[in-house]
Amino acid sequence: MRLGLAFLFLSVGLTAPVLAQTPPPPSTAPAGEQGRVVVDIVGGISSPMPIAIPNMPTPANTATAAGDTTALGARVSEVITNDLRNSGLFSPLGANALRPVAYNQVTAPEFPYWVSTGAQALVQGFVQANGDGTLTVGCYLYDVFAQTELTRQGFVVQPAFWRRAAHKCADTIYTRLTGEGPYFDSRVAYVSETGPKNNRTKRLAVMDQDGANHRFLTNGQTIVLTPRFAPNQQTITYMSYTNNRPRIYVYDIGSGKQRLVVDQPNMTFAPRFSPDGRYIVFSMAVGGNTDVYRVSASGGSPQRLTTAPGIDTGASYSPDGSKIVFESDRSGTQQLYVMNADGSGQNRISFGGGRYATPVWSPRGDLIAFTKMGGGFAVGTIAPDGSGEKILTNGWQDEGPSWSPNGRVIMFFRTGQGSGKADLWSVDLTGVNERRIPTPLDGSDPAWSPLLP
Amino acid sequence: MAHISTKLIVAAALVVTAGCAKKKPEVLPPAPAASTEAPPPAPSTGPVGNTVVPGSRADFLQKVGSDRVLFGTDSYELDGEATAILDRQAQWLAQYANVTVTIEGHCDERGTREYNLALGDRRANASKNYLVGKGISASRLSTISYGKERPEAMGSDEAAWAQNRRAVTVVPN
Repeated sequence: MRLGLAFLFLSVGLTAPVLAQTPPPPSTAPAGEQGRVVVDIVGGISSPMPIAIPNMPTPANTATAAGDTTALGARVSEVITNDLRNSGLFSPLGANALRPVAYNQVTAPEFPYWVSTGAQALVQGFVQANGDGTLTVGCYLYDVFAQTELTRQGFVVQPAFWRRAAHKCADTIYTRLTGEGPYFDSRVAYVSETGPKNNRTKRLAVMDQDGANHRFLTNGQTIVLTPRFAPNQQTITYMSYTNNRPRIYVYDIGSGKQRLVVDQPNMTFAPRFSPDGRYIVFSMAVGGNTDVYRVSASGGSPQRLTTAPGIDTGASYSPDGSKIVFESDRSGTQQLYVMNADGSGQNRISFGGGRYATPVWSPRGDLIAFTKMGGGFAVGTIAPDGSGEKILTNGWQDEGPSWSPNGRVIMFFRTGQGSGKADLWSVDLTGVNERRIPTPLDGSDPAWSPLLP
Repeated sequence: MAHISTKLIVAAALVVTAGCAKKKPEVLPPAPAASTEAPPPAPSTGPVGNTVVPGSRADFLQKVGSDRVLFGTDSYELDGEATAILDRQAQWLAQYANVTVTIEGHCDERGTREYNLALGDRRANASKNYLVGKGISASRLSTISYGKERPEAMGSDEAAWAQNRRAVTVVPN
């Protein structure tokens, strides 16, 4: 049964694009009505928008490699519900509290019912098995008061990647209602931790940003630290104590093989890719002095970017690749500095009381997140010119921030006093919605990937 | 990695039994040539028991008294106590000229990950440079930083942190 939903193309793998097409917007939307269903985030603290997300029906229940399409419809709805709730900006009415939706109602919602639920917005959709083995997930967003359709998208995926279609649908809803960029269809690399405080076992791990599809990449035999995705997400750069020589490597996620980046005897650490993937910026300690260097991502001779006698480390590129923020104690205490990507023009930007470390430039370019050390350790943000410093958290030891792809959410790790146990947490850039990210073991050093294509 | 960790724990246990690093050193036993002990058995035969092989880690800990020096917060400066320990380490290393060592630099947990790796490197090199200044060849002294990854003391208080801010001279077993 055709619903008039136009879409194109197939994705065949994890990093292949989930292609979708947005058909022309509905022509009957009254002027001004579009402004009624809007999540107000400008003010900083918003009241979450009630949004109804019923299960997604299927035109014909069909067995697939990922389960039958009726079951998938419920699971897709659940993934979308969790994504929107965890953003802190929505208060979803989940499928259990709602009347089931028939397939023919997906494009013709019974608005009086939806109004009665208290929802301001409504997400409907369907899951369909195509004859060629792929799935189609249809995704529709409605303004319940105005009784209009706000947007629609269709996604075609291999059954194994049904979660990506659900995240893409959630991103469609989220971006349409908030005006922010998408971030749900993304992954997190981090260091999974377990064991006693004086002998932690650390393993590299990756998972979807909602914790699903968790996978260990290393076996814990050597300490691994500070992983970072390449922009194309095919590799991860990180530091490892392989052979008791702490140095940076590039790990190929597909093959599971790691490659030494710079073959020389000094300790190299704190690696990060440039936004175009051509360079890795990193730190190298030579005889007690640590500086920032960059090297071609395919290997070669490092180019030294800083020469100060202090500890210069924690380098992070601006999203346009023209600048690098880093930390240095050349003034006597750890502070933030910004320089051009070639090392010229180094200027200090932090001047508040306390010490600043682990800077990361937002993918939006507007802010730099950092760890601030005073009495405790807290995560904060500052504009690249050093203005507008804002502290977002207040744990005993919160550190190591990483930005979501849309520059809206910051993931970090929080260490317990005494126990030394670390967990991943996230917080909205306005400081609200601080929440723990569930992981199978403990976790530290989170690195959020770019949006999957 | 587990191999190194085991060695650290063994070294720590020996330090504890040999006396706290902060005590005054005991009178050193006489040099082997003047020793009234029976000559030690060849390393490959006889019980390990009470006999300490000259030039071994156990010998180092027994004669030097401490394999480590401690640092102040955020610092890599060697105070008087540290240089006294390193002086004795230098004497021992001069005596056993074939021994190469690894100097590990460590930090307490009250620092960020990358900075502590660099600070550990500073501390390891502070020890190394002092020993080189005492005439030990740099080629015998390799360094490694563990940042805050391998604390000695498990607490989250000043006493624990003070023990964790350290540079440890590791002699092969």
